[in-house]
Amino acid sequence: MADKISTRQAYGDALVKLGREKKDIIVMDADLSKSTMTAGFKAEFPDRFFNAGIAESNMMGMAAGLALSGKTVFASTFAMFAAGRAYEIIRNSIAYPKANVKICATHAGITVGEDGASHQCIEDLALMRVIPGMTVIHPADAVSTEKLLRQIAEEEGPAYVRLGRLSIPVLYDENTPIELGRGNCVRDGGDATVIACGLMVNEALMAAEKLEKEGISLRVIDMHTIKPLDEEIIVKAASETKAVITAEEHSVIGGLGSAVAEVIVKKCPVKMAMVGVQDRFGQSGKPPLLMEEYNITAKDIVSAVKDTLNSL
Amino acid sequence: MAINVEMLKEKARDIRIDIIREVCSAGSGHPGGSLSAADIITYLYFEEMNIDPKDPDKKGRDRFVLSKGHAAPALYAALAERGYFPKETLLTLRQIGSILQGHPDRKKVPGVDMSTGSLGQGVSAAVGMALADQIDGTGARVYSVLGDGELQEGMVWEAAMAAAHYRLSNLTIFVDHNGLQIDGKNEDVMTVAPVAEKFESFGWDVQKIDGHDFEQIAQAVEKAKKVADRPQAIIAETVKGKGVSFMEDQAGWHGKAPDEKQAKQAVEELGGEW
Repeated sequence: MADKISTRQAYGDALVKLGREKKDIIVMDADLSKSTMTAGFKAEFPDRFFNAGIAESNMMGMAAGLALSGKTVFASTFAMFAAGRAYEIIRNSIAYPKANVKICATHAGITVGEDGASHQCIEDLALMRVIPGMTVIHPADAVSTEKLLRQIAEEEGPAYVRLGRLSIPVLYDENTPIELGRGNCVRDGGDATVIACGLMVNEALMAAEKLEKEGISLRVIDMHTIKPLDEEIIVKAASETKAVITAEEHSVIGGLGSAVAEVIVKKCPVKMAMVGVQDRFGQSGKPPLLMEEYNITAKDIVSAVKDTLNSL
Repeated sequence: MAINVEMLKEKARDIRIDIIREVCSAGSGHPGGSLSAADIITYLYFEEMNIDPKDPDKKGRDRFVLSKGHAAPALYAALAERGYFPKETLLTLRQIGSILQGHPDRKKVPGVDMSTGSLGQGVSAAVGMALADQIDGTGARVYSVLGDGELQEGMVWEAAMAAAHYRLSNLTIFVDHNGLQIDGKNEDVMTVAPVAEKFESFGWDVQKIDGHDFEQIAQAVEKAKKVADRPQAIIAETVKGKGVSFMEDQAGWHGKAPDEKQAKQAVEELGGEW
């Protein structure tokens, strides 16, 4: 687990490979190709890369037009400007007409760091998963990023892929099966379950190590696909363990926690807790310090698990 | 080039009558802007575009994006008249279960290439389609009709910049310049003038025409097709509610359906039978 790679880097690398394999892939960016890592694709396939300039709305509209003319389009910018600024274009010009556009949004969450709240999108999972027919993915490491990208490239229709700026540990190897729409149980346990996405999967694994020393057995599920959500694995966890705790680098309103809660209340009521950003904006700072400030570290997961189990 | 003006006039008249019937039967909708765009849409569907109603998804076809999606009744009438779906379907406009949504849904209506309705977005998709044709070298053309009020959407100018940047000479847009929008005259709501100069300064080829004169529409399209290095905007001066005396030049008929008595009068004025 020594390797650390950002999911945006994994995305950039995967795009180049996909570009070699599939000639119909077009990549668009909005003047951020060096940050979103689409620059690699641009260098190798200049004829299939189109910059929209600093105009995210038009980028999404053009992406829709390209897709409806037979292209598989990957459109990238920061999560804030994709899910935020271009929301209605994604809704009306991509999702509603069912255009084959993969919105790959980087720099999601508060670990953008020093740029501060204007660039820290903590609402995108909520905004994207509420759109009918939108596939929503938030990978936990570089390996699963490529595996999931390959799968959405094969599927016709719109998808939102949430990617991070920060270098994070590689959790999987090439042989780990990662299936779109199926949560991945990365650690088995019987006392409580943490369902996490993105870089919080690693935090959950660290929390599990700590809790094990205290005699608490934690199950950890990587819920890389927020939509369509793997209800089966949630129901199983809720029936086999005593509590479900969600962990996400996103607002606790509307994101993974809410999605899991929607299943839990309907199908298998069990005590829940949500680790995530509590209804507040981010701020500038170094990512690890921000994670502490916003209570989204392994330590916070440990507390949430213990508090929840103690309240039973 | 020789066009059959009489045939086009007849088609446009039928389309206008259908617009009135559609909107009246729906009890809501947008007759004013549908009637103003009717001649342009007639020209594209009956004279210009390489399309096949028997094979709506034909490869290499020309494409049309109704960026002012609220003029759907005009588009639906043209599609039905071309045989994409039965004319009876027109009277199901805006009813539950109908393929004819209040604004066009490409998934439901054969012949509709882009779902529109939220202003400013259709033209952006048209830019993407033109780019796809340029990449593939299909030789196909993309047409779009925008409202003049729609030009107030900033996204139109993002799209205009991109179309010029990528030298999309296969893209022709019409601005249906009837001067009116829901709240009144363009210049009272939000000045859009000077429209031609704006597009010129964005790097487009620009022509100004009478949008109800088929000879002028034809000449403008032929000239636009010869432009090799930039997208083309045809600013079509039109009359909102064109062809129906009590609707002409009335902002109030932007989004209001005629009752049966009014519809009867409108259809008769247009030379049809109620």
